[in-house]
Amino acid sequence: MKPAPFAYAKAKSLDHAIALLAHPDGEARLLAGGQSLMATLNMRLSAPKLLIDLNGIAGLAGIAVKNGAVEIGAMTRHAEAERSPDIARHAPLIALAMPHIGHSAIRNRGTLGGSIAFADPAAELPACLLALGGEVDIAGPNGTRTVKADDFFKGLFETALGAADVLTTIRLPAATNDTRVGFAEYARRHGDYAMVGLAASARAAGQRLAGVRLAYFGVGNVPVRAKAAEAALADGSIDDAVMALATDLAPSGDVQATGATKVHLAGVLLRRAAKQLTETRP
Amino acid sequence: MSGHDCDITLTVNGERVTERVDARQTLVDFLRDDLILTGSHVGCEHGVCGACTVRVDGVLVRGCLMLAAQCDGAHVETIEGVSDLGEIADLQAAFEKRNALQCGFCTPGMLLTAQELLARGGVPSRETIREQISGNYCRCTGYQAIVDAIESVAQTRAGAKR
Repeated sequence: MKPAPFAYAKAKSLDHAIALLAHPDGEARLLAGGQSLMATLNMRLSAPKLLIDLNGIAGLAGIAVKNGAVEIGAMTRHAEAERSPDIARHAPLIALAMPHIGHSAIRNRGTLGGSIAFADPAAELPACLLALGGEVDIAGPNGTRTVKADDFFKGLFETALGAADVLTTIRLPAATNDTRVGFAEYARRHGDYAMVGLAASARAAGQRLAGVRLAYFGVGNVPVRAKAAEAALADGSIDDAVMALATDLAPSGDVQATGATKVHLAGVLLRRAAKQLTETRP
Repeated sequence: MSGHDCDITLTVNGERVTERVDARQTLVDFLRDDLILTGSHVGCEHGVCGACTVRVDGVLVRGCLMLAAQCDGAHVETIEGVSDLGEIADLQAAFEKRNALQCGFCTPGMLLTAQELLARGGVPSRETIREQISGNYCRCTGYQAIVDAIESVAQTRAGAKR
Protein backbone atom coordinates (compact mmCIF):
# COMPACT_ATOMS: atom_id res chain seq x y z
CA MET A 1 0.00 0.00 0.00
CA LYS A 2 0.96 3.68 -0.19
CA PRO A 3 1.01 6.10 2.73
CA ALA A 4 -1.88 8.46 3.35
CA PRO A 5 -0.95 12.06 2.42
CA PHE A 6 1.26 13.98 4.83
CA ALA A 7 3.42 17.06 4.74
CA TYR A 8 7.18 16.70 5.04
CA ALA A 9 9.53 19.04 6.86
CA LYS A 10 13.25 18.66 7.20
CA ALA A 11 14.23 19.93 10.66
CA LYS A 12 17.22 22.26 10.58
CA SER A 13 18.00 21.93 14.27
CA LEU A 14 16.78 20.24 17.42
CA ASP A 15 14.89 23.40 18.42
CA HIS A 16 13.31 23.51 14.97
CA ALA A 17 12.16 19.89 15.33
CA ILE A 18 10.63 20.59 18.75
CA ALA A 19 8.88 23.71 17.43
CA LEU A 20 7.47 21.73 14.50
CA LEU A 21 6.25 18.98 16.87
CA ALA A 22 4.36 21.58 18.88
CA HIS A 23 2.61 22.78 15.72
CA PRO A 24 -1.15 22.74 16.29
CA ASP A 25 -2.01 21.23 12.88
CA GLY A 26 -2.72 17.79 14.26
CA GLU A 27 -0.51 14.79 14.62
CA ALA A 28 3.15 15.07 13.73
CA ARG A 29 5.68 12.23 13.80
CA LEU A 30 9.46 12.28 13.89
CA LEU A 31 11.25 10.47 11.09
CA ALA A 32 14.58 9.02 12.20
CA GLY A 33 15.78 5.94 10.30
CA GLY A 34 12.23 5.21 9.23
CA GLN A 35 12.69 1.44 9.21
CA SER A 36 9.63 0.91 11.41
CA LEU A 37 7.75 4.17 10.81
CA MET A 38 7.82 4.01 7.01
CA ALA A 39 6.44 0.47 7.10
CA THR A 40 3.57 1.54 9.35
CA LEU A 41 2.89 4.51 7.05
CA ASN A 42 2.90 2.29 3.97
CA MET A 43 0.46 -0.07 5.68
CA ARG A 44 -1.60 2.93 6.83
CA LEU A 45 -1.37 1.78 10.43
CA SER A 46 -0.34 5.37 11.13
CA ALA A 47 -1.44 8.48 9.26
CA PRO A 48 0.26 11.60 10.68
CA LYS A 49 -0.38 15.02 9.16
CA LEU A 50 3.28 16.02 9.27
CA LEU A 51 6.52 14.08 9.09
CA ILE A 52 9.50 15.82 10.66
CA ASP A 53 12.76 14.49 9.27
CA LEU A 54 15.63 14.46 11.79
CA ASN A 55 18.22 13.31 9.26
CA GLY A 56 19.55 16.78 8.48
CA ILE A 57 20.32 17.81 12.07
CA ALA A 58 24.01 17.99 12.82
CA GLY A 59 25.31 16.53 16.08
CA LEU A 60 22.57 13.99 16.77
CA ALA A 61 24.72 11.03 15.72
CA GLY A 62 27.96 9.66 17.07
CA ILE A 63 29.45 7.43 19.75
CA ALA A 64 31.59 8.80 22.60
CA VAL A 65 33.03 7.27 25.75
CA LYS A 66 33.28 9.72 28.64
CA ASN A 67 32.97 9.76 32.45
CA GLY A 68 32.53 6.01 32.62
CA ALA A 69 29.64 6.04 30.18
CA VAL A 70 29.03 5.30 26.53
CA GLU A 71 27.03 8.10 24.93
CA ILE A 72 25.28 7.25 21.71
CA GLY A 73 23.64 9.99 19.69
CA ALA A 74 20.03 9.11 18.92
CA MET A 75 20.56 9.26 15.14
CA THR A 76 23.48 6.83 15.20
CA ARG A 77 22.76 4.09 12.66
CA HIS A 78 22.75 0.44 13.69
CA ALA A 79 25.47 -0.24 11.10
CA GLU A 80 27.75 2.34 12.71
CA ALA A 81 27.27 0.81 16.15
CA GLU A 82 27.81 -2.65 14.69
CA ARG A 83 31.22 -1.62 13.32
CA SER A 84 32.26 0.59 16.24
CA PRO A 85 35.31 -0.57 18.27
CA ASP A 86 34.03 1.63 21.14
CA ILE A 87 30.74 -0.25 21.23
CA ALA A 88 32.50 -3.63 21.04
CA ARG A 89 34.77 -2.71 23.94
CA HIS A 90 32.60 -0.52 26.16
CA ALA A 91 29.06 -1.67 25.37
CA PRO A 92 29.49 -5.36 24.47
CA LEU A 93 25.79 -6.14 25.03
CA ILE A 94 24.87 -3.77 22.20
CA ALA A 95 27.48 -5.45 20.00
CA LEU A 96 25.95 -8.87 20.77
CA ALA A 97 22.44 -7.65 19.98
CA MET A 98 23.23 -5.78 16.78
CA PRO A 99 23.42 -8.71 14.30
CA HIS A 100 19.93 -9.81 15.39
CA ILE A 101 18.34 -6.52 14.29
CA GLY A 102 16.71 -6.78 10.87
CA HIS A 103 19.05 -7.16 7.94
CA SER A 104 22.06 -5.34 6.55
CA ALA A 105 20.02 -2.82 4.52
CA ILE A 106 17.77 -2.15 7.54
CA ARG A 107 20.76 -1.62 9.85
CA ASN A 108 22.32 0.79 7.35
CA ARG A 109 19.39 3.12 7.86
CA GLY A 110 17.78 2.33 11.23
CA THR A 111 18.87 4.32 14.27
CA LEU A 112 19.42 3.38 17.91
CA GLY A 113 17.39 6.33 19.16
CA GLY A 114 14.55 5.52 16.79
CA SER A 115 14.36 1.94 18.01
CA ILE A 116 14.26 2.97 21.68
CA ALA A 117 11.79 5.82 21.12
CA PHE A 118 9.50 3.56 19.07
CA ALA A 119 9.69 0.98 21.91
CA ASP A 120 8.47 -2.06 20.03
CA PRO A 121 8.03 -4.63 22.82
CA ALA A 122 9.69 -7.31 20.66
CA ALA A 123 12.71 -5.15 19.72
CA GLU A 124 16.23 -5.81 20.96
CA LEU A 125 17.51 -2.36 21.90
CA PRO A 126 14.85 -1.30 24.43
CA ALA A 127 15.63 -4.51 26.35
CA CYS A 128 19.38 -3.83 26.11
CA LEU A 129 18.89 -0.34 27.53
CA LEU A 130 16.88 -1.82 30.40
CA ALA A 131 19.33 -4.66 31.05
CA LEU A 132 22.22 -2.21 31.25
CA GLY A 133 20.36 0.21 33.49
CA GLY A 134 21.04 2.95 30.98
CA GLU A 135 19.28 6.26 30.55
CA VAL A 136 18.19 8.62 27.80
CA ASP A 137 18.36 12.37 27.37
CA ILE A 138 15.18 14.00 26.14
CA ALA A 139 14.83 17.50 24.73
CA GLY A 140 11.45 19.19 24.78
CA PRO A 141 9.74 22.57 24.81
CA ASN A 142 10.71 23.04 28.48
CA GLY A 143 14.36 22.09 28.13
CA THR A 144 16.16 18.81 28.57
CA ARG A 145 15.83 16.00 31.08
CA THR A 146 17.26 12.56 31.69
CA VAL A 147 15.09 9.49 32.22
CA LYS A 148 16.33 6.12 33.52
CA ALA A 149 15.54 3.00 31.51
CA ASP A 150 13.45 1.60 34.40
CA ASP A 151 11.16 4.65 34.13
CA PHE A 152 11.16 5.08 30.35
CA PHE A 153 8.96 2.26 29.02
CA LYS A 154 5.35 2.89 30.08
CA GLY A 155 3.13 0.69 27.95
CA LEU A 156 2.63 -0.69 24.47
CA PHE A 157 4.57 1.71 22.18
CA GLU A 158 4.28 4.20 25.03
CA THR A 159 7.28 5.84 26.68
CA ALA A 160 8.20 8.79 28.87
CA LEU A 161 8.48 10.88 25.69
CA GLY A 162 5.87 13.64 25.47
CA ALA A 163 4.21 14.77 22.26
CA ALA A 164 6.79 17.51 21.61
CA ASP A 165 9.84 15.64 22.95
CA VAL A 166 12.86 14.38 21.04
CA LEU A 167 15.09 11.61 22.36
CA THR A 168 18.63 12.92 21.81
CA THR A 169 21.13 10.66 23.58
CA ILE A 170 21.37 7.11 24.92
CA ARG A 171 23.76 6.74 27.86
CA LEU A 172 25.00 3.34 28.98
CA PRO A 173 27.40 2.53 31.80
CA ALA A 174 30.73 1.67 30.18
CA ALA A 175 31.77 -1.94 30.71
CA THR A 176 34.52 -2.63 33.24
CA ASN A 177 36.61 -5.77 33.77
CA ASP A 178 33.85 -7.11 36.04
CA THR A 179 31.05 -6.55 33.54
CA ARG A 180 29.34 -9.63 32.20
CA VAL A 181 26.70 -9.58 29.47
CA GLY A 182 24.52 -12.11 27.73
CA PHE A 183 22.13 -12.00 24.81
CA ALA A 184 19.89 -14.64 23.29
CA GLU A 185 16.75 -14.60 21.23
CA TYR A 186 14.55 -17.05 19.43
CA ALA A 187 13.09 -16.05 16.07
CA ARG A 188 11.76 -18.28 13.33
CA ARG A 189 13.89 -16.56 10.69
CA HIS A 190 17.02 -14.50 11.05
CA GLY A 191 16.15 -10.81 11.22
CA ASP A 192 12.56 -11.35 12.27
CA TYR A 193 11.31 -9.90 15.50
CA ALA A 194 12.00 -12.41 18.24
CA MET A 195 9.28 -14.65 19.64
CA VAL A 196 11.16 -14.25 22.92
CA GLY A 197 14.47 -12.56 23.62
CA LEU A 198 16.71 -11.80 26.57
CA ALA A 199 19.30 -9.12 27.23
CA ALA A 200 21.28 -9.64 30.43
CA SER A 201 23.99 -7.91 32.40
CA ALA A 202 25.76 -8.54 35.70
CA ARG A 203 28.95 -7.92 37.63
CA ALA A 204 31.36 -10.72 38.42
CA ALA A 205 31.91 -10.92 42.19
CA GLY A 206 34.38 -13.71 42.81
CA GLN A 207 32.72 -16.92 41.66
CA ARG A 208 29.29 -15.32 41.82
CA LEU A 209 27.28 -12.74 39.94
CA ALA A 210 26.02 -9.49 41.44
CA GLY A 211 23.74 -6.79 40.08
CA VAL A 212 22.04 -9.23 37.72
CA ARG A 213 19.59 -7.56 35.35
CA LEU A 214 17.50 -9.71 33.03
CA ALA A 215 15.39 -7.84 30.48
CA TYR A 216 13.07 -9.97 28.36
CA PHE A 217 11.47 -8.80 25.14
CA GLY A 218 8.55 -10.22 23.19
CA VAL A 219 6.81 -11.27 26.42
CA GLY A 220 4.66 -8.24 27.25
CA ASN A 221 3.75 -4.69 26.33
CA VAL A 222 7.18 -3.41 27.37
CA PRO A 223 10.58 -4.98 27.96
CA VAL A 224 10.19 -6.90 31.23
CA ARG A 225 12.67 -7.34 34.10
CA ALA A 226 12.63 -10.86 35.56
CA LYS A 227 13.43 -9.85 39.11
CA ALA A 228 12.88 -13.15 40.92
CA ALA A 229 15.09 -14.89 38.36
CA GLU A 230 17.70 -12.14 38.80
CA ALA A 231 17.80 -12.84 42.56
CA ALA A 232 17.99 -16.60 42.02
CA LEU A 233 20.83 -16.22 39.54
CA ALA A 234 22.72 -13.98 41.97
CA ASP A 235 22.21 -16.76 44.57
CA GLY A 236 23.95 -19.09 42.15
CA SER A 237 21.11 -21.36 41.03
CA ILE A 238 20.26 -21.38 37.36
CA ASP A 239 17.55 -24.01 37.96
CA ASP A 240 15.85 -21.79 40.55
CA ALA A 241 16.20 -18.84 38.19
CA VAL A 242 14.46 -20.72 35.38
CA MET A 243 11.70 -21.80 37.82
CA ALA A 244 11.27 -18.20 38.94
CA LEU A 245 10.39 -17.11 35.41
CA ALA A 246 6.92 -18.60 35.93
CA THR A 247 6.26 -15.83 38.45
CA ASP A 248 8.25 -13.11 36.67
CA LEU A 249 6.65 -13.45 33.25
CA ALA A 250 3.05 -13.68 32.13
CA PRO A 251 3.24 -13.45 28.35
CA SER A 252 0.08 -13.59 26.28
CA GLY A 253 -0.04 -16.04 23.45
CA ASP A 254 0.20 -14.71 19.89
CA VAL A 255 0.11 -16.16 16.38
CA GLN A 256 3.53 -17.73 16.88
CA ALA A 257 3.37 -19.26 20.35
CA THR A 258 1.20 -19.75 23.42
CA GLY A 259 2.10 -17.98 26.64
CA ALA A 260 3.29 -21.29 28.12
CA THR A 261 5.61 -21.87 25.15
CA LYS A 262 7.05 -18.39 25.56
CA VAL A 263 7.78 -19.03 29.25
CA HIS A 264 9.49 -22.29 28.27
CA LEU A 265 11.56 -20.50 25.62
CA ALA A 266 12.42 -17.80 28.17
CA GLY A 267 13.94 -20.53 30.34
CA VAL A 268 15.95 -21.95 27.45
CA LEU A 269 17.27 -18.49 26.64
CA LEU A 270 18.08 -17.85 30.30
CA ARG A 271 20.32 -20.93 30.39
CA ARG A 272 22.13 -19.69 27.27
CA ALA A 273 22.52 -16.15 28.56
CA ALA A 274 23.58 -17.35 32.03
CA LYS A 275 26.38 -19.31 30.40
CA GLN A 276 27.55 -16.14 28.68
CA LEU A 277 27.32 -14.22 31.96
CA THR A 278 29.63 -16.65 33.72
CA GLU A 279 32.24 -16.60 30.97
CA THR A 280 35.13 -14.23 31.43
CA ARG A 281 35.26 -11.32 29.01
CA PRO A 282 37.81 -11.85 26.26
CA MET B 1 10.87 23.00 3.25
CA SER B 2 7.50 21.94 4.59
CA GLY B 3 4.55 20.79 2.61
CA HIS B 4 3.03 18.11 0.43
CA ASP B 5 5.12 19.00 -2.62
CA CYS B 6 8.87 18.79 -2.32
CA ASP B 7 11.40 19.96 -4.87
CA ILE B 8 14.39 17.68 -4.94
CA THR B 9 17.65 17.63 -6.85
CA LEU B 10 19.65 14.46 -6.70
CA THR B 11 22.02 12.33 -8.72
CA VAL B 12 20.64 9.07 -10.06
CA ASN B 13 23.13 6.73 -11.71
CA GLY B 14 25.45 9.66 -12.32
CA GLU B 15 22.80 11.90 -13.85
CA ARG B 16 21.53 15.02 -12.15
CA VAL B 17 17.77 15.01 -11.72
CA THR B 18 15.44 17.78 -10.51
CA GLU B 19 11.81 16.87 -9.82
CA ARG B 20 8.84 17.92 -7.76
CA VAL B 21 7.59 14.97 -5.74
CA ASP B 22 4.68 14.26 -3.43
CA ALA B 23 5.97 14.13 0.15
CA ARG B 24 4.52 10.66 0.63
CA GLN B 25 6.15 9.14 -2.46
CA THR B 26 8.68 6.46 -1.60
CA LEU B 27 12.09 6.43 -3.25
CA VAL B 28 11.35 3.25 -5.17
CA ASP B 29 8.06 4.60 -6.54
CA PHE B 30 9.88 7.77 -7.59
CA LEU B 31 12.54 5.76 -9.40
CA ARG B 32 10.00 3.52 -11.13
CA ASP B 33 7.14 5.91 -11.88
CA ASP B 34 8.89 9.24 -12.42
CA LEU B 35 12.26 8.16 -13.79
CA ILE B 36 11.04 4.91 -15.41
CA LEU B 37 13.90 3.00 -13.80
CA THR B 38 11.87 -0.16 -13.33
CA GLY B 39 14.71 -2.47 -12.37
CA SER B 40 14.04 -1.85 -8.69
CA HIS B 41 10.93 -3.81 -7.81
CA VAL B 42 8.08 -3.13 -5.42
CA GLY B 43 7.22 -6.20 -3.40
CA CYS B 44 6.01 -6.04 0.17
CA GLU B 45 6.28 -2.27 0.76
CA HIS B 46 7.23 -2.78 4.37
CA GLY B 47 10.92 -3.57 4.21
CA VAL B 48 10.73 -7.33 4.44
CA CYS B 49 11.26 -8.69 0.91
CA GLY B 50 14.27 -6.70 -0.31
CA ALA B 51 13.09 -6.40 -3.93
CA CYS B 52 13.32 -2.58 -3.80
CA THR B 53 16.93 -2.49 -2.57
CA VAL B 54 18.99 0.42 -3.97
CA ARG B 55 22.05 2.38 -2.91
CA VAL B 56 21.86 5.85 -1.43
CA ASP B 57 25.17 7.64 -0.93
CA GLY B 58 26.96 4.34 -1.39
CA VAL B 59 24.91 2.53 1.24
CA LEU B 60 22.38 -0.23 0.64
CA VAL B 61 18.84 0.77 1.66
CA ARG B 62 15.23 -0.30 1.20
CA GLY B 63 13.67 1.89 -1.49
CA CYS B 64 10.26 1.43 0.10
CA LEU B 65 11.39 2.65 3.54
CA MET B 66 12.80 5.97 2.36
CA LEU B 67 10.95 8.91 0.92
CA ALA B 68 11.98 10.49 -2.37
CA ALA B 69 11.78 13.82 -0.51
CA GLN B 70 14.59 12.62 1.77
CA CYS B 71 16.92 12.12 -1.18
CA ASP B 72 17.46 15.80 -1.97
CA GLY B 73 21.20 16.10 -2.55
CA ALA B 74 21.75 12.34 -2.44
CA HIS B 75 23.54 10.03 -4.86
CA VAL B 76 21.23 7.17 -5.73
CA GLU B 77 22.36 4.08 -7.60
CA THR B 78 19.97 1.50 -9.01
CA ILE B 79 20.53 -1.87 -10.67
CA GLU B 80 20.50 -0.06 -14.04
CA GLY B 81 23.45 2.16 -13.12
CA VAL B 82 25.41 -0.53 -11.36
CA SER B 83 24.89 -2.84 -14.36
CA ASP B 84 25.98 -0.20 -16.87
CA LEU B 85 29.18 0.46 -14.95
CA GLY B 86 30.07 -3.23 -15.16
CA GLU B 87 30.62 -3.38 -11.43
CA ILE B 88 28.71 -6.64 -11.05
CA ALA B 89 29.09 -8.13 -14.55
CA ASP B 90 30.79 -11.22 -13.11
CA LEU B 91 28.04 -11.66 -10.52
CA GLN B 92 25.33 -11.33 -13.14
CA ALA B 93 27.09 -13.89 -15.34
CA ALA B 94 27.37 -16.28 -12.39
CA PHE B 95 23.65 -15.89 -11.60
CA GLU B 96 22.83 -16.75 -15.22
CA LYS B 97 25.26 -19.66 -15.40
CA ARG B 98 24.05 -21.27 -12.18
CA ASN B 99 20.33 -20.63 -12.69
CA ALA B 100 20.31 -18.38 -9.62
CA LEU B 101 17.14 -16.76 -10.87
CA GLN B 102 13.92 -17.92 -12.39
CA CYS B 103 11.27 -15.21 -12.51
CA GLY B 104 13.87 -12.52 -11.76
CA PHE B 105 11.74 -10.42 -9.45
CA CYS B 106 14.18 -10.61 -6.53
CA THR B 107 17.31 -10.53 -8.68
CA PRO B 108 18.12 -6.77 -8.77
CA GLY B 109 17.88 -6.54 -4.99
CA MET B 110 19.68 -9.83 -4.56
CA LEU B 111 22.58 -8.70 -6.79
CA LEU B 112 23.04 -5.39 -4.96
CA THR B 113 22.83 -7.11 -1.59
CA ALA B 114 25.38 -9.72 -2.64
CA GLN B 115 27.69 -7.03 -4.00
CA GLU B 116 27.64 -5.22 -0.64
CA LEU B 117 29.11 -8.34 0.94
CA LEU B 118 31.52 -9.10 -1.92
CA ALA B 119 32.84 -5.53 -1.94
CA ARG B 120 34.26 -6.14 1.55
CA GLY B 121 36.66 -8.63 -0.05
CA GLY B 122 37.70 -12.13 0.92
CA VAL B 123 35.66 -15.30 0.54
CA PRO B 124 32.74 -15.25 2.98
CA SER B 125 31.42 -18.53 4.36
CA ARG B 126 28.16 -19.88 2.96
CA GLU B 127 26.62 -19.10 6.32
CA THR B 128 27.72 -15.45 6.03
CA ILE B 129 26.34 -15.31 2.48
CA ARG B 130 23.02 -16.71 3.68
CA GLU B 131 22.89 -14.20 6.49
CA GLN B 132 23.65 -11.34 4.09
CA ILE B 133 20.79 -12.28 1.75
CA SER B 134 18.41 -13.21 4.58
CA GLY B 135 16.51 -9.97 4.00
CA ASN B 136 15.95 -10.72 0.30
CA TYR B 137 13.16 -13.15 -0.48
CA CYS B 138 13.29 -15.44 -3.48
CA ARG B 139 10.29 -17.65 -4.05
CA CYS B 140 11.68 -19.56 -7.06
CA THR B 141 15.15 -20.90 -6.49
CA GLY B 142 15.34 -22.14 -2.91
CA TYR B 143 18.45 -19.95 -2.54
CA GLN B 144 20.97 -22.79 -3.06
CA ALA B 145 21.95 -21.62 -6.54
CA ILE B 146 22.11 -18.00 -5.40
CA VAL B 147 24.53 -18.91 -2.61
CA ASP B 148 26.55 -20.97 -5.12
CA ALA B 149 26.76 -18.03 -7.52
CA ILE B 150 27.81 -15.53 -4.87
CA GLU B 151 30.38 -17.94 -3.43
CA SER B 152 31.89 -18.66 -6.85
CA VAL B 153 32.27 -14.95 -7.60
CA ALA B 154 33.91 -14.39 -4.22
CA GLN B 155 36.38 -17.16 -4.98
CA THR B 156 37.10 -15.87 -8.49
CA ARG B 157 37.58 -12.29 -7.31
CA ALA B 158 39.84 -13.41 -4.46
CA GLY B 159 41.84 -15.56 -6.90
CA ALA B 160 42.25 -12.69 -9.35
CA LYS B 161 43.78 -10.54 -6.62
CA ARG B 162 46.52 -13.03 -5.77
